[in-house]
This record gives sequence, C-alpha cells and structure tokens, in this order.
Amino acid sequence: MITFMNNSDSEEEPCNERTSLMSAESPPVPSYQDGLQASEAGEAQAHRKRRTGSSRSPNNIADGDTSDSGVPARESALENEEEELTLKYGAKHVIMLFVPVTLCMIVVVATIKSVRFYTEKNGQLIYTPFSEDTPSVGQRLLNSVLNTIIMISVIVVMTVFLVLLYKYRCYKFIHGWLILSSLMLLFLFTYIYLGEVLKTYNVAMDYPTLFLVIWNFGAVGMICIHWKGPLQLQQAYLIMISALMALVFIKYLPEWSAWVILGAISIYDLMAVLCPKGPLRMLVETAQERNEPIFPALIYSSAMMWTVGMAKPDTAARGASQQTWDAAEDGRENHRSPLHADSEMSNTRSPGPTRPITSFEEPEEEERGVKLGLGDFIFYSVLVGKAAATASGDWNTTLACFVAILIGLCLTLLLLAVFKKALPALPISITFGLVFYFSTDNLVRPFMDTLAFHQLYI
Amino acid sequence: AFFWLVSLLLASLIWFVSVRLSDREDAKLQYGLLLFGAAVSVLLQEAFRFAYFKLLKKADEGLATISEDGRSPISLRQMAYVSGLSFGIISGIFSVINILADSIGPGIVGIHGDSPYYFITSAFLTMALVLLHTFWGVIFFDACEKRRYWCLGLVVASHLLTSGLTFLNPWYEASLVPIFIITLCTGLWAFVTAGGSFHNVLKCLSCK
Repeated sequence: MITFMNNSDSEEEPCNERTSLMSAESPPVPSYQDGLQASEAGEAQAHRKRRTGSSRSPNNIADGDTSDSGVPARESALENEEEELTLKYGAKHVIMLFVPVTLCMIVVVATIKSVRFYTEKNGQLIYTPFSEDTPSVGQRLLNSVLNTIIMISVIVVMTVFLVLLYKYRCYKFIHGWLILSSLMLLFLFTYIYLGEVLKTYNVAMDYPTLFLVIWNFGAVGMICIHWKGPLQLQQAYLIMISALMALVFIKYLPEWSAWVILGAISIYDLMAVLCPKGPLRMLVETAQERNEPIFPALIYSSAMMWTVGMAKPDTAARGASQQTWDAAEDGRENHRSPLHADSEMSNTRSPGPTRPITSFEEPEEEERGVKLGLGDFIFYSVLVGKAAATASGDWNTTLACFVAILIGLCLTLLLLAVFKKALPALPISITFGLVFYFSTDNLVRPFMDTLAFHQLYI
Repeated sequence: AFFWLVSLLLASLIWFVSVRLSDREDAKLQYGLLLFGAAVSVLLQEAFRFAYFKLLKKADEGLATISEDGRSPISLRQMAYVSGLSFGIISGIFSVINILADSIGPGIVGIHGDSPYYFITSAFLTMALVLLHTFWGVIFFDACEKRRYWCLGLVVASHLLTSGLTFLNPWYEASLVPIFIITLCTGLWAFVTAGGSFHNVLKCLSCK
C-alpha cells in the first residue's frame, strides 16, 4: 500500500552522516485488532499506539555495507561538524517535540477539568476486570497488580502478533487493522467527546449538524493520517486522537491500577526496545532492513521531506503523497545498500539512484525530524490527566508532573543524540512524572497550602 | 524550573518530616516550623540555583568547543536571564495558581476576619517575586562567574529578607512596600551588572 512504498529512497541519501538526527521511533506496539469488540478494540488500539521514540542512526546499522566507500576518512574530518549539527538540530527537534506533547496535555487537562464525564466512574474496561472497591488496602493493591498483569500481557500479545504479521509481510491485514482502529477513534470517540462537551456547556446541537461535523472531521482525519495531507493538519489530528485515547484511559482505568500500569508499561517499554529479542526492537530492525517506514498513523513526526517540491521527474512519479507523510521516515532510513532491496520495494527504489545529489543538499537539513510514537503521547497525557483528575483539585501537582515529563523527554532526546539508536521514550519521563506526582501530592501540597494560608512566599 | 521544583520537593520533605515529628496542637510551634521550613526552602533554592549554574557552565564549555568560532551561541548572560526567569515563573505559578483557581469560584474574600485584599496583594507579591527571581538569577550568575562571593551572599540575604517580609502579611504596608523597594533596587543592580548604564538607556530611547 501506499505508505509502505515510499521511501526506499533512503538509500540515495549520501553517505555522509548528517543524519544524526533522531527520529525517534519506538517500535510500535500497535496491534490493531479488527473491530470485533467495539470499545475494547479501541482500547487495544491504544496500546498499539505505544511507541517510543527511537532514532535511527545511520551508523547503528548492523550491515556494514555502507561503510565501504571510504567513509572512515571522511568521518573523522566530519565528526566535529556532525556533532555540532547534532546538537544544533537536536535542540531544535527537542522544541519541535515539546509543542505537540504540551498541546496534547493541555487538551487532556482542559477536558478533565471542565467536562465531568471523564472523571465519573462508569465501569471498567474488560482488560481490568478486578474492581478496586474493596474494603481493605491489601486487597485493593492486589487487584490493581492483577489488573496490570492482565493489561500488560494483552499488550505483549498484541505486540508480538503485530511483529509476526510484519515479519511475514501480511501488510494488508495490518493496514486494514490500522484503518479500522483509526476509523473508530475518529468517529466513535469523537462523537462521545463532542456529546459530553456539548452537555457540559449546555449547548444544543441537532443531529444533522452533528452528523455533518463529525463526518467532515472523521473523513479529513482518515485522509490526513493514512494518505496525504498538510503536515500540520496531520500533526493536529494525531494529537487529537492521542488526546481522545488518553481520555478514554483516564476514564476507564481505576485509580491505583492506572498508576501501576504506568509504571509497568515503562518497564515493559524499556525491555521491549532494548533487549535483543524484544518485539519492538525486532520491528524496528526489520523495518530498517527492508528500508520501509513503520506504519503510518502510529508515529508522530515533526518534519517533512522537502523533496516533494523539487522538480524530480522520476520521484514525482511515485506520488508526492507518500513523501509528504513519510518524509521523516525516509530521512531516517538512511541509505542502505541495495543489497537489502525487497522485491516489492524495488520499484520505488529504482528512481532513487538517478536522483541528482545536488538537489539534495538543501532539503537535507529540513527533512530531519524527530519521531515520537503516539503511544508515548497517550501515556504522558494519561499521567498528567490522572494527576489533574485525582490530585485533590490541585494545579500544582499537574504542573509539576508536566515539567517532570518534559524534562524526561529532553533527557531521552539527549540520550538519543548520544546513542543514535531506537530508544524507549517512556521510562525516564514516566519515572520522573510518577515521582513528582506522588511527592508533590503528599509532601509539597500541604507545605504550599499552609504557606498560602498565611500568605507567605518563599 | 525543574531544579526549582526539586528544591521545593526537598524543602517540603524536610518540613513535612519536622511537622510529623512535632506536636500538632501547638500553634506557635507550627508557625515556627513554618518559618524554619520557609528558610530552608530559600536556602535550598539558592543552592539549586548554584547547581544549575555549574551545569550550565559545563554545557557552555561544551558548546564553545564544538562551535565554529570557539564561542558558544548563547552567552552566559542570556543563560542567567533565562534561568532566573524560569525560576521566577515556576515559583510564581506555584504560589498563585491555586489562588487564581479559587478566585474563579464563588466566595467572599476575608469573611473570617482576614484581609479582603488577599487576591490583589497576592497578585502584586507574585509579580514582585517573579521579577526578583529574574534579577537574582542575573546577579547570581555574574557573581559566580567573577567570583565575587559577597554578591552571592547579598543575593541570598535579600531572598531571605524578602521571604521574611512576607511573614508580616497581612500588615501590608510593612511587607509590600519594602518588597517593592527591594525589587527596584535589585532590578537596578541587575541592570548594571548586565552591562547597562544610563548612556545605554538614552541610546536605546533615542533609537540610535
């Protein structure tokens, strides 16, 4: 399908590694099921969206075939420049990721604080069958741990399933799964969200208008995410669906289970991305070997390829669409030697080598972007949203978690620049977030409240 | 901001522990502990500001070595300003956001005999505090850079003084006015430290 084909043009990228930029992508965990179970599938999808940022670096490729062309000599000379570029672009990309993460969190917190629906307890997901309304603390803790175990095993199973599908090239199935899940997110959840917001503000809307609004929103969203569309619109849609998913999680996960799940998922993420046999790592490596982008609709990328605009007759034939979307992906793919050409992909690759190098120089700088998996957005927003919902109405806790998550993201991106390979984006941020949540809620809040009571400033 | 938060965390930890270990009923003792907690917090904030300075210095050196002309793209003064500003913003936000959130809701200010000017004075105090943090940041970094330790001591002392003055609330004449005077003086001092002078101001105003 469209999205996969594109960009094998990564090989044309000249071998000088200016690609030190991080495209973060963490092996997607996405397992999309078919929409059998209505809402559960939605939830399942959410997990799928877990992805953490990873960066693909030109070097980490195990295949050494790129190294032949006298690169070593050049590298030593260029190393310094690269490092500088790394840092310069690194900082820019950190900012480019801060904005969407912040926006997602703002949407979630604003909704939680204003719309009552998402803080009411109306039942639980099928993935967390144990209730937390138990008389004793020990029982409650046990139930939440059990819930977590079930949830994490569902995620692991789905991830492994997805990786297997990817390995055996069942692209149609995966693509169909992704489309179904984004369909559900864009239509069903948006409908529920819009309904609740209208209820909160007591605004009346008739069904025809509602239908029109949701239809337009959903249709444009499907097109933007799965096909082509302006980068910013696509980013906006991805942020919105992450926020919707996060809201669903906040509503349906019982309290203690949510915190334990957050902790467990960051540990899982760490293992899945870094262990040699981890499913996510295998996914990334397979995608790299085949020179394909990882699935669309599961990764947020912050930059796009500018070569679309350039007059390249051969590449233009490929359809500018894929380019716009997967721009960053290509950039990241860094050139691989044609040895890895997939038969299916080879057609797209052929125009590659004929592309003149000169036209590449300029856009090269632009196309590097960082990629962050949507699952990361979702879990960050879940953390901040839960903090906003349950921290005794205190804004300080929410703000502290927000700052903690952003700093964690910064550190992760820094590590990305240093290590230059796929890294999990969840562990550091979530750890900071959890530490700050519990400490602010229990320690800082009484202190600040007492100070404010006497109007003392520190 | 992160560093300020960590310092706040540690300070509240200390306060919390001290409260737990003490007698809850004794109001005077609690007040004294609060004073103690606030003082500890101020000292920790300044300590973390120093730690942040060290970190930025290291980063500055790193940036300088890899840049093209041997100088880092961000000057230490800019970093000082930004660091002071972010300390100020997070401190201000933490002090005032709950008050703002409450002010949206229903209620009467000062119904139990407290001052009815609570909100407006809080707003002014927060503004002063944010400005002060910014100025302190600039002076602090400059003092560390030039190793003028008496400047450092003066900054810490003025922070303690400001915090102490807020303990005189709700006697607003005694707390608000001196704090604003301190803000003005510190502002002038920071301006001079950052290299400004009367001539610069004139030049700027006449748009040369």
